[in-house]
Amino acid sequence: MEHGSFTDNSAATFSLTDEDHTIANAVRFTLNQDPRVTFCGYSIPHPSEARVNIRVQTTGDPAREVLKDACQNLMLMCRHVRCTFDKAVEHFKASNAVKALKIDSQDSSGDDSEESE
Amino acid sequence: MAEGAGEEKKKFSIWDLPDVPMGQLLPHLELQRSRVSCNKDAPIHTESIQYSGAYASMGINNSSRLDRFSNNFRVEVVRLNEDDMEFDMIGIDAAIANSFRRILIAELPTMAIEKVFIANNTSIIQDEVLAHRLGLVPIHVDPRLFYYLSENDQPNEKNTIVFKLHVQCKRGSPRITVKSDALKWLPNGSELVKETRNAASDSSSKPETYTYFSCSQETIPEFVKNLIIPKYPDIIIAKLGPGREIELEAHAVKGIGKTHAKWSPVATAWYRMLPEVVLLEDIEDDLAEELKSKCPVNVFDIEDLGKGEEQL
Repeated sequence: MEHGSFTDNSAATFSLTDEDHTIANAVRFTLNQDPRVTFCGYSIPHPSEARVNIRVQTTGDPAREVLKDACQNLMLMCRHVRCTFDKAVEHFKASNAVKALKIDSQDSSGDDSEESE
Repeated sequence: MAEGAGEEKKKFSIWDLPDVPMGQLLPHLELQRSRVSCNKDAPIHTESIQYSGAYASMGINNSSRLDRFSNNFRVEVVRLNEDDMEFDMIGIDAAIANSFRRILIAELPTMAIEKVFIANNTSIIQDEVLAHRLGLVPIHVDPRLFYYLSENDQPNEKNTIVFKLHVQCKRGSPRITVKSDALKWLPNGSELVKETRNAASDSSSKPETYTYFSCSQETIPEFVKNLIIPKYPDIIIAKLGPGREIELEAHAVKGIGKTHAKWSPVATAWYRMLPEVVLLEDIEDDLAEELKSKCPVNVFDIEDLGKGEEQL
């Protein structure tokens, strides 16, 4: 739900139901990074009700476009985090497997010069 | 700046001064922007300067672009076991990290026992307490193989897992402890028969049970060799005295932690800032040994300076 004025669509408050700090803080962060935004913030009117109000004020662009772009950016960021994370886990598993092999071969040969800390 | 007619005043721009760093924050401001400092009484500079126009008057573009983020972001896994994991995320803001933590706790689906059909319970544990304890038992199964069960759906093999528990303690035998390995998986669905109004129903048709499995769950490829069992076989569910019995059937469905904590896949998840220790002066020899031994997690390491001196 968007609360705004028909004449000036560069400032609006978006009321999202069934949401909480999880998405509101993340969207607020990406909104802040956008240079078109003069003000953005979020509030939770009452903690028992799952509703979030996100306020966006821009330098002229329609607020809903800016919000949409911010959400897109957030999605891309999360996608990138996911890729990087998967690669890091694979890399860790591979290097651990190699380490396990190395230790095995050293135990058999009795050489522990690799044991450095 | 007024320009006199015929006179050309040299326009002086502050950006032409030689010592103003262009496009880069001064070092103390950069420290303020990117680090949380721990003072004696409280940490300072904890709020991250996210606003895109924050340093605009210095000609710095603080708006983060996706490509800058993509280039600078790194993940390093510190520890990865079956049950826990620790990793560092470098180049990400606390807001996003906190969102990940909240999602891990509350919005990842798992399977947990939701409905318990109790046929016989003569133990001292009340029905509802027993059902609550069964709900908290973690089940070793991949929740991505199942669909959510909504109110309008019928429980079938795609959205329900059925467990059976039938334990009896005979008269004269000592007390027994009912552990979670007593939960047996029923791949063919519920065995409890629903009471139908129709007393004259023909006995040749299959009696109606509480689930509507069209095929056995054992035929699903992932479950052919692996039984669905609780993750830990030694969770105490109840204790039975002599002459007591528990007979029940439990249905497990998919859910998220927001609805009830039993569906939360993590014991807990937390994040913290990576600490950076900067020594203000060189520490050598004995003092270095003393400092290294004082730290319980071995943060410090001593390197030899080569001359027989040791430096931290």
